[in-house]
Amino acid sequence: MATGGYGRLIKDGLWSNNQALVALLGLCPLLAVTNTAINGLGLGIATMVVLTLSNVTVSIIRHWVRAEVRLPVFVLVIASFVTAVELSMNAWFYELYKILGIFIPLIVTNCAIIGRAEAFASKNSIARALVDGLAMGMGFALALTVLGAARELVGMGTLFYQAHLMFGEAARGLTLTIGDDFKGMLLAILPPGAFIGLGFMIALKNLIDRRLASARREAVSAVQAEPTVG
Amino acid sequence: MQFATITSPHSDRPNSVTSTMLWVIIALLPGTVAMSWYFGWGILIHMVLASVVALACEAAVLKLRGRPVRPALGDLSAVVTALLFAIAVPPLLPWWMMLLGVAFAIIVAKHLYGGIGYNPFNPAMVGYVLLLVSYPVEMTSWLPPSILNETPLDFIQTLSVIFGGALPAGLTWDAITMATPLDQMRTLLNQNMMISEIRQSPLWGDFGGRGWEWVGNWYLLGGVILLYKRVISWHIPVAMLGAVLVFAMFFHVLDQEAHPFGLFHIFSGATLLGAFFIATDPVSAATTKRGQLIYGAGIGALTYIIRRWGGYPDAVAFAVLLMNMAAPMIDYYTQPRVFGHRSGGDD
Repeated sequence: MATGGYGRLIKDGLWSNNQALVALLGLCPLLAVTNTAINGLGLGIATMVVLTLSNVTVSIIRHWVRAEVRLPVFVLVIASFVTAVELSMNAWFYELYKILGIFIPLIVTNCAIIGRAEAFASKNSIARALVDGLAMGMGFALALTVLGAARELVGMGTLFYQAHLMFGEAARGLTLTIGDDFKGMLLAILPPGAFIGLGFMIALKNLIDRRLASARREAVSAVQAEPTVG
Repeated sequence: MQFATITSPHSDRPNSVTSTMLWVIIALLPGTVAMSWYFGWGILIHMVLASVVALACEAAVLKLRGRPVRPALGDLSAVVTALLFAIAVPPLLPWWMMLLGVAFAIIVAKHLYGGIGYNPFNPAMVGYVLLLVSYPVEMTSWLPPSILNETPLDFIQTLSVIFGGALPAGLTWDAITMATPLDQMRTLLNQNMMISEIRQSPLWGDFGGRGWEWVGNWYLLGGVILLYKRVISWHIPVAMLGAVLVFAMFFHVLDQEAHPFGLFHIFSGATLLGAFFIATDPVSAATTKRGQLIYGAGIGALTYIIRRWGGYPDAVAFAVLLMNMAAPMIDYYTQPRVFGHRSGGDD
């Protein structure tokens, strides 16, 4: 992973090493707050910001931190950024801040973030750490938003409910509703729905990967089977 | 950790999944007749609907998985799941909820885990719990038993309620549905009423709610058929009913006005149906004899605990699923000693 260009880093973060769907890190907030798409997006963006900033900082200080104390230092760095993000959300997105509640401070313990600090940022240049943080964060935020949207759709029959909390009053019209007589499936909103939904998402990702791989293999074998004219 | 692998029971006559399932269906007959006597056509309509949906889902998934479809449909296991499910849900449940529950039971709880023989959880109960958690209002609106019901619905009316959601003229949901005895006992006890007060209402019979208290007997009869045909062994039902009785009697003796007596718990809700037909599912239950005693007692204890202190009126489904989870571990620690080996089962 340490080799390869920035394109590879982005692809890893968004798809092939997605922190939520492949590494299965940071599942606690993932499962807890994804009951609507907006909640998932909110926490996803907060996590992405923290991840990017902490990745850059860890990469900057990587030559001066001794291996013996690196984990406490990483945690301190992450905790500082989380505090900053938490205070900003408290100031500018108060309603969303109240809904996400304890899960914003808990970003400190999100193992995806310390995982990237330890496995990537502490061994790579600042630019690469920045791209990795952004890509990994975006992959995590995407997974959160998609899971949130799916659960919201099944559980409440709406999409982007309370969008104004994030995008201001103008976004109230963003909320889509399936129909008034749609009876939401409560289970999807409750914690078991998060586990089941995540399971289906991972299965879908693996299915797509397998289809792509077999399509590639067929293409390769078709080329090889082509009779050479000579 | 390696789990116990027990060879199949050595039977002295030809035995197959189909014949086992057929006997389960036959043993369900008395209970089904009693249920439709007390609660009308709904249960029969749901049984047919659930069986059709279950077979369709089973066939579709088998085709997707590239497995032979015909033998698996013929083994009747999907039908048994469907029938148990139809018995468990209220008779006027909308058709699409039935479809959702059965599809989830067959596709997710059964086939995503590998199909017959591999499912760690009882499929019918998974589907039931899915609906109970998702749609608590619809799943607890039962009809009153026929002896209390002043406006029984006929076949056509029942059909139109299930498929169209349209109630016959002049009736409201509140008029035709009623809380189950367990539900009512719970609600009233939570309002600090005493049991002697509660039981003065004409709704109550000798053991539980009038009408309701007799349904369980017919499942007991079905259970005796299964025991006699050796489709199930006595360990799980006896342990489960015993545990419910012991718990209920203990608390009843402590405070007679706050805890219903033991037989109320046996003859109410799904206790007897669960003991003989649901807890004994050979795939998801414990397999060793000692293990089955522990497993059954666990279900009984959890049933009582969740009924008394939990958030839902009946608890057999939750108790069965929780103990399903524990079944592999129970089997691991109760492996019988093989002659010539030391006890402990590890070597």
